[in-house]
Amino acid sequence: MKEKLEPFLPVIGVVGLFAVWFGATSLKLVDPVLLPSPMEAGKAFYKGMYGVLGFDFVKTVYRTLMATAIAAVIAIPLGIVLGASEKLYRSLEFVIDFFRSTPASAMFPLFLVLFGVGDETKISVAAFGAILVILFNVAYGVMNARKTRLLAAKVMGASRLRVLFDVMLFESLPQTFVGLRNGVSLALVIIVVAEMFIGSQDGLGHSVFEAQQMFEMPRMYAAIFAAGALGYGLNLIFLTIERRFVHWSGK
Amino acid sequence: MNAAQHALRVETAGVPSANSLTVGAIKRPHVTVRGLSKKFGKTTIYDNFDLDIPRGELISVFGPNGCGKSTLINMIAGLIPMDAGQILFDGMQLADIKFGYVFQNYREALFPWMRAFDNIAYPLKMMNVSPAERKARTEQLVARLGVKIDLNLYPYQMSGGQQQLVSIMRALVVEPEILFLDEPFSALDYEMTLFMREQLQKLFMESGTTMVLVSHDLEEAVYLADHVLLLSRHPARVADFPAVTSPRPRTDATLSDPEFVSTKAHCLEVFQREVRRA
Repeated sequence: MKEKLEPFLPVIGVVGLFAVWFGATSLKLVDPVLLPSPMEAGKAFYKGMYGVLGFDFVKTVYRTLMATAIAAVIAIPLGIVLGASEKLYRSLEFVIDFFRSTPASAMFPLFLVLFGVGDETKISVAAFGAILVILFNVAYGVMNARKTRLLAAKVMGASRLRVLFDVMLFESLPQTFVGLRNGVSLALVIIVVAEMFIGSQDGLGHSVFEAQQMFEMPRMYAAIFAAGALGYGLNLIFLTIERRFVHWSGK
Repeated sequence: MNAAQHALRVETAGVPSANSLTVGAIKRPHVTVRGLSKKFGKTTIYDNFDLDIPRGELISVFGPNGCGKSTLINMIAGLIPMDAGQILFDGMQLADIKFGYVFQNYREALFPWMRAFDNIAYPLKMMNVSPAERKARTEQLVARLGVKIDLNLYPYQMSGGQQQLVSIMRALVVEPEILFLDEPFSALDYEMTLFMREQLQKLFMESGTTMVLVSHDLEEAVYLADHVLLLSRHPARVADFPAVTSPRPRTDATLSDPEFVSTKAHCLEVFQREVRRA
């Protein structure tokens, strides 16, 4: 009996949230203009996803994945090179850590000047943020490769290049995926913020902001949910790929 | 052939010798260590150390903690550099011979992203053997050893003993002239350790490969060995190098055999003498 209930445990929180929300709106505890009922928000979500909101959703997905892909293509090889040479990494560590700690949103004005008002700016700022996160993780993954495994490869006659491709690369994969997941989350945050402000015409950030400006609260909540679902979904997709691809991780 | 090899070994190992240190002279030694010196920081681990390792024998290395048991085989296997000295294998350098090395930590020594079969075949890839031949040679080894493990599994899907067996097979697949084992069973539970001892004895009798085994378990060291290399505290000297003449295959009965018991007692005596010397 107990085991049978186990898979339904996560549902409790969701049901609880909706129950509280529903209770608050039907008892008029909150101004209905500020917090519409779950049904209203749900309707706006459903209708929106087949219309403008759906279009905005696709736009945000495209920008986020684009930014992450660019970041991965740049950061993974660079991270491997840096990680393989600890001296090189140590000499660049401060610079990487500094820019990793710099809020990428602070770079908007600079990137606006560089790329103008358009997709390039949003994507490149997000990519900038994601690159540093991925780079950091890949480099650490390579540096933390098990010494015994490297020795084992060496003892079997593997050359340095072989050790790099046959051992270090695989050893760094679990950490690389951690970087990718963090990177895509960060990219989404930056993209949504960028869509709000920089002369945007579409995207989930634009959708949230526009609904708020026009005081269409159900539509705003719908857009927030769409953004949440996107973030959760992206993480889930990356986790699934990771489990498939890095099956040995944590074992 | 197996029986003949076996008989031969028992015969040579059984030659009575007044001084066990001269056993190397009966057969041409396989490995000669001359003038080996090694320091870690200010601690001298080896100072002008000489050793002959006889061919086709299983040598156990035993001694006080931190005396440099693993350091010795790591230097012979080229894992860590020596400060001075010369190590030759039939007069050849390490780079010119085929050898295998089995790590204590099988979990970190195997490649978890490869199936067990590919792990075993990996050293052949390093020798530029074609994929078809790698497969054939690995299958041959598996058949010869009579190993009954599903080699399509990934290492993390196997028990500790199975993983260590896979590492040993990975070391054997190149048909090494010499096999080094660094406390190969110390991460296993007792039941698995006993089983693996039998497996190793079988592999040794089967292959006749020279083996050097570091052990921290005296019974295991004596049980498996043709000669026990007893080291002193650092700077390490050969405290004694007694022969273990009990015939193979050794079994549980061997453990209570008077000759075995007296050899083990002798080793323990030497060990304790060396421990107290500090």
